[in-house]
Amino acid sequence: MTGPTAVPEHPEFLWRNPEPKPFYDIVVVGGGGHGLATAYYLARNHGITNVAVLEKGWLAGGNMARNTTIIRSNYLWDESSAIYEHSLKLWEGLEEDLGYPILFSQRGVLNLAHSLQDVRDSVRRVNANRLNGVDAEWVDAAGVKELCPIVNISPDVRYPVLGATYQPRGGIAKHDYVAWGFARRADELGIDLIQNCAVTGLDVIGGKVVGVRTTRGDIATGKVALAAAGHSSVLASMVGLRLPIQSHPLQGLVSELLEPVHPTVVMSNAVHVYVSQAHKGELVMGAGIDSFNGYGQRGAFHIIERQMSAALELFPIFARAHLLRTWAGIVDTTPDASPIVGLTPIENLYLNCGWGTGGFKATPGVGWCFAHTVAHDKPHPYNAPFTLERFTSGALVDEHGAAAVAH
Amino acid sequence: MQLISCPWCGPREEAEYHYGGQAHVAYPHEVGALSDADWAHYLFFRDNPRGPFAERWVHAAGCRRWFNAVRDTGTHEILAVYRIGEPQPELGRQASR
Repeated sequence: MTGPTAVPEHPEFLWRNPEPKPFYDIVVVGGGGHGLATAYYLARNHGITNVAVLEKGWLAGGNMARNTTIIRSNYLWDESSAIYEHSLKLWEGLEEDLGYPILFSQRGVLNLAHSLQDVRDSVRRVNANRLNGVDAEWVDAAGVKELCPIVNISPDVRYPVLGATYQPRGGIAKHDYVAWGFARRADELGIDLIQNCAVTGLDVIGGKVVGVRTTRGDIATGKVALAAAGHSSVLASMVGLRLPIQSHPLQGLVSELLEPVHPTVVMSNAVHVYVSQAHKGELVMGAGIDSFNGYGQRGAFHIIERQMSAALELFPIFARAHLLRTWAGIVDTTPDASPIVGLTPIENLYLNCGWGTGGFKATPGVGWCFAHTVAHDKPHPYNAPFTLERFTSGALVDEHGAAAVAH
Repeated sequence: MQLISCPWCGPREEAEYHYGGQAHVAYPHEVGALSDADWAHYLFFRDNPRGPFAERWVHAAGCRRWFNAVRDTGTHEILAVYRIGEPQPELGRQASR
């Protein structure tokens, strides 16, 4: 750096941009957080490096770039808390493991209760979490005010704050850095990250997947791991596989940059809003899904309007903040608000989808478990309950209480 | 927000409507004879195409009547609306599955 006119140097490239090879042992479809983490753990945990990650756009430009980055593990059922807590533990060591800063900030997550039934459900969830070794406590309205002084706890509002569940180890991370950290390490370990490469078909011979057709040529492969979130149904339909998934737009927004005012993460299922303040200073908020099925990455403005009215009742201090940007991602929702991770009726084709509105927090955890599933052709114990068959057997993992909408 | 044409009331704002998911999903015949897999597909599995999709809407803040629409899920453009009991217009039929 010399003189006042010097501009920062162009950052070094974090990964190569290789041409696709004709054959890979494993092809991961989807270069978002889950696909990149899966590729990384395939190399790190299983020593499999002849792997390609195919991304139709640019790396981590789908839901990985569009989520509100909330990380927590306070889910109700044993099956869910096991995989989300596994993920949270990986988050806690991820900077060291990847050798890359991800701005993981364990600032705590509050899930507000606004009615007597909310309170009962929340206390039950706190007790369930504690039995599963997940840090959780119930705090009353005064306790909420202490943890987050800008929350309005007046009883004279439409949905008064009666208390909240609190997970101190929850928090946020910088989503782009997470993706880049995984991508950089996966690349270093020899994995090919191939961008602008849309999958147009899957070749199946004798009930076994043997290749992938793409906009950059045909690729033969031993195994295919799908990690395409909102577009999972489109990919699965290429081999006649029907999924219990509906894709919806989910909107988020940020305010202009503000002084630090919001020390934690506040979520409310009842009024459909969740708020944190990013490291740079913008308030990051998420809404509920748009009601209709949609693949266009945008949503209706009345959803944002309702979200803002809910946010203002909770945080009157936000009234003068200006909106900077809104966007939408496509989320893959399932009937029981739990993901589908495992084998499919087609040999060597593996499925990771259905994370709906809450996949970001699972990024390292599902990468770990999905890599195991693909490497061993057998689910990892943590994702064994999340089969496609559960919709036939009835062994659902109903997380609508802990997972629906608010993430 | 987009305008949606109710077949009875004409164009109204999207906020007046509620969504009802995929259209033309009939209650199964001979339910006693259904396998678990057939039940699962009736209960939990719906089409989820990118492109034209036949779906139900109800004009909740208007005439409160249900109707069907064919909408492109990629562009969110509504291609046709038609009343319950009327056949699905040809334009979306081939692509909605």
